[in-house]
Amino acid sequence: MTPTRSLASRILLSRTVWIGLSVVLLASTLPLYVSGYILGLLTMAYYFGVFSMAWDLLFGFAGEVNFGPSFLIGLGAYTAGILDNLYQPSIWLCLFGGAFASVAGGVVLALPALRVRGPYFGLTTLVAVLILQNFVIVAAGLTGGEIGLTVPDVISVDAGVNYWIALGFMAASGAVLYALSRSPVGLILQASGQDAVQAGALGFNVTKHKLAAFVISAFFSGLAGALLVFYLGAASVGTFVDVTVGVQVIIAAVLGGRRTILGAALGAVFLIAAGEALRPLGDLSTFIVSAMALVVVLLFPSGLLGLLTRARETT
Amino acid sequence: MLIWQILIDGFAVSALYALGATGFTLIFGVSGVLNLSHGALMVAAVVAAWVAGGEWGVSSHLGAIFGVLVGFVMSLLTYFAVVRPLQQSSKIREEEKEIFILTATLLWGIMISELIAYLYTNNAKTVLPIVEGVVMLAGVRTPANEVFTSVICWLVIGLLWLLVNRTRAGKAVLAASMNPRGVTLLGVELSWIYVGVWAVYGMLVGIAGVLLGMFLGVSSYSVGPLTASAFSIVVLGGLGSVSGSLIAAYVVGYLETMTAYLVSPAYRTIPALLLLVIVMYVRPRGLLGRR
Repeated sequence: MTPTRSLASRILLSRTVWIGLSVVLLASTLPLYVSGYILGLLTMAYYFGVFSMAWDLLFGFAGEVNFGPSFLIGLGAYTAGILDNLYQPSIWLCLFGGAFASVAGGVVLALPALRVRGPYFGLTTLVAVLILQNFVIVAAGLTGGEIGLTVPDVISVDAGVNYWIALGFMAASGAVLYALSRSPVGLILQASGQDAVQAGALGFNVTKHKLAAFVISAFFSGLAGALLVFYLGAASVGTFVDVTVGVQVIIAAVLGGRRTILGAALGAVFLIAAGEALRPLGDLSTFIVSAMALVVVLLFPSGLLGLLTRARETT
Repeated sequence: MLIWQILIDGFAVSALYALGATGFTLIFGVSGVLNLSHGALMVAAVVAAWVAGGEWGVSSHLGAIFGVLVGFVMSLLTYFAVVRPLQQSSKIREEEKEIFILTATLLWGIMISELIAYLYTNNAKTVLPIVEGVVMLAGVRTPANEVFTSVICWLVIGLLWLLVNRTRAGKAVLAASMNPRGVTLLGVELSWIYVGVWAVYGMLVGIAGVLLGMFLGVSSYSVGPLTASAFSIVVLGGLGSVSGSLIAAYVVGYLETMTAYLVSPAYRTIPALLLLVIVMYVRPRGLLGRR
């Protein structure tokens, strides 16, 4: 039996896949009986879910602390927005341009990752975000600066259609990333993340695999960022590039459970729902959400999904 | 004229950066912890001094002391509530602890800054300076507070140097940063060294914070940039190297001041960030880093 065939059959037989599939099917019926307001929230949450899943591939599997997910997201979002603003090509081309810019940025970001490790790498990614942020503000003529960039086109004005696009995109990205994480490539990544020297000694090309992880993570982050621009119709530093956006992505992934991919999406939906439920508390809502995340990190390091799966295993 | 202005202003800013980064690098050197709530602790100290001075109406001396005290308490709280539980956790694998501590201190910092924003709004807060008035330095009108800031910063850094290099406790700390296991074999309680280092760190953060509050003023928005600047200075100098951080603090401080005066204040942070990226590519262990 070839490895690919065994992989395919393993995925088809896995319980997680069936559970995930039924959740997506169930979620796709929501526009029939839920208000447009909630649909809008969930649409945002789904895009955030993709950001978090892409981040989890880097952190949970390749073991690289990327403090700058918003560098990749912002690059994708702004490239798509600026392309649309300047030349107004078809939206597909803008989306492709955004994803491509993000992949290129991911490669540049990955170059030091192949040289430095741990905190040094974390700092490089953080600095990348700060530089992008400064650039967006300085090049105000192109990017709209601190006021933001408005995009002339949107994919659709219908809340339901936007919701289905976001859900479909999240499901597709989740499927690809999850399959990747369970594949031999995912295992090699995990090995390189935990002990790069030993993985190298076993004959795996650590550098190549980490670079691939970067490119894949950047592709999904950038594409999600570009799609989000066409959903919101605008791009601003506060929604795409700011460090706090990246922190939200990280919190969602850690909350949902690292090294699970699907947990990251769960964490993002939970985070946005919790933020909305606590909105009456004003500034205190972020405090409570961060406190909850801290408690999860301190007491349940494997996250929400880890908690669920462990409960199932022990019973 | 302008040159003297840049030299004097840059010196004060750099001294402040140096003091902030020294504590950060001390914690890393001894216990291997990168404390991402650094900026939040500094802001907490400023806000405490501001509340004491503004709302309770105490004198600026007492307010400053209260601010330093709050920095001290918050630092120990950070250690006991966030860092220590993770270090001793049996659920997390040893090689992943660093990542968990980074995430947890980041969250802790957000909690502190959000709480401050909730209780005392996002407005910028300036602490009344202890020393007022203006002095003439080489023909430049300089606020006396700026001179005071530089003097205190270097005094504290000097005291820290004496503490680490000339006392028995300091030598134990130094030894712990080189070989923790060796120190325990000599009968020194490692956990007390950690508590002591976090206590010293708290004092440094408190002093640096209060001075910053008198010099520039802060708001809860400054939390991220403050952490980032301490982090980048420390990495630029070489993680764990105190003299490296001091040099790096001056490089960054002068680079920023020069950009602000000669180009535009809007571009203030960009050259330092670019320099950092270049150093990371060319010499990842920093200017004076050992590893």
